Amino acid sequence: MKREFPLKVTIALIPVAIACMVFGIYRGEVATVLSKAINICMECIGLG
Amino acid sequence: MANHPNALRKCVQAGWGILTNAYIKGFLPGLPPIYQGNLKQVCVPGMNCYSCPGALGSCPIGAMQAVFDGRHRQFAFYVVGYAALIGLVVGRFVCGWLCLFGLIQELLYKIPTPKLTIPAPADKPLRYLKYLILLVMVFLLPFIVRSQYGVGEPFFCKYVCPVGTLEGGIPLVLLNEALRATLGWLFRWKFFLLIMCVVASVFIYRPFCKYLCPLGAFYGLFQKVSLVRMRVDEHVCVDCGKCARACKMNVDPHKTPNSNECIRCRECVNACPMHALSMGIGALKPSAGEEAGEDAPAPSAEAQ
Repeated sequence: MKREFPLKVTIALIPVAIACMVFGIYRGEVATVLSKAINICMECIGLG
Repeated sequence: MANHPNALRKCVQAGWGILTNAYIKGFLPGLPPIYQGNLKQVCVPGMNCYSCPGALGSCPIGAMQAVFDGRHRQFAFYVVGYAALIGLVVGRFVCGWLCLFGLIQELLYKIPTPKLTIPAPADKPLRYLKYLILLVMVFLLPFIVRSQYGVGEPFFCKYVCPVGTLEGGIPLVLLNEALRATLGWLFRWKFFLLIMCVVASVFIYRPFCKYLCPLGAFYGLFQKVSLVRMRVDEHVCVDCGKCARACKMNVDPHKTPNSNECIRCRECVNACPMHALSMGIGALKPSAGEEAGEDAPAPSAEAQ
């Protein structure tokens, strides 16, 4: 039988990921993402 | 009949691609060329350039770099946490079911030509390339390299990403004369990479996903711990190898059911004549034999 990580590991890591998200939101990263995303990213399309 | 599960996946891929690129006004002349609403605060789970005229959400890889390459050199907690959460819940299921560029590569692979399998000595090291791209072009270079004005660049988006060229660059250049006038070496380079990717996709199954995609690399890191997992019931498996032959990502599901390369397309599940493979939350239900340990009687009668 293949060795698998127990679900407990996953369930313990999910709050860590959520905490990262919340910290990023608290720090204002959403505004950074939005301001980048609502303007044409010249680099992304090969013009920058 | 055997193709029904795969048809369902294609429908989900196409439906998701349309749903997340449904800003029709972006394709009309005389209006703002891309969506500028609040939905773009949120990333879609797959690769989807936010400069696509139809895009309603942000690209996780683009958004990570947008925070890394900012003036303040911040770590992208919001986007990395978001992508990690998706990875922890479904792993690379996103690649198999919710990525428009993945679907495009799969459709190109359907063009009837002789197909190529990269020999293992070359294939294995090439698979690590996407991790190198994730580390260097997505995380390190946008963070470290600064212009004279103190800002960085989205290195992966700028120099590699064929998704941006296909979904953003080409439609915008076709729709906007002013942008056409600014085309230079960078567009030609990215267009060349896109053509290489398109041509390779005709002969090799999902070459971008296998070798280059930093988002697939990121989700791949969570495959072994994600809630949604593959499982092999060893008491039922007869080791016929049909699952490995069905896997176009060149994974052997019998040996490594939760390989970093598995995109959870379920083709191995459908190919297994013994129904020994399953995909679902956690380890799913273990067979009677596995629950009871090695001393348990083989569930031969029930399993068949």
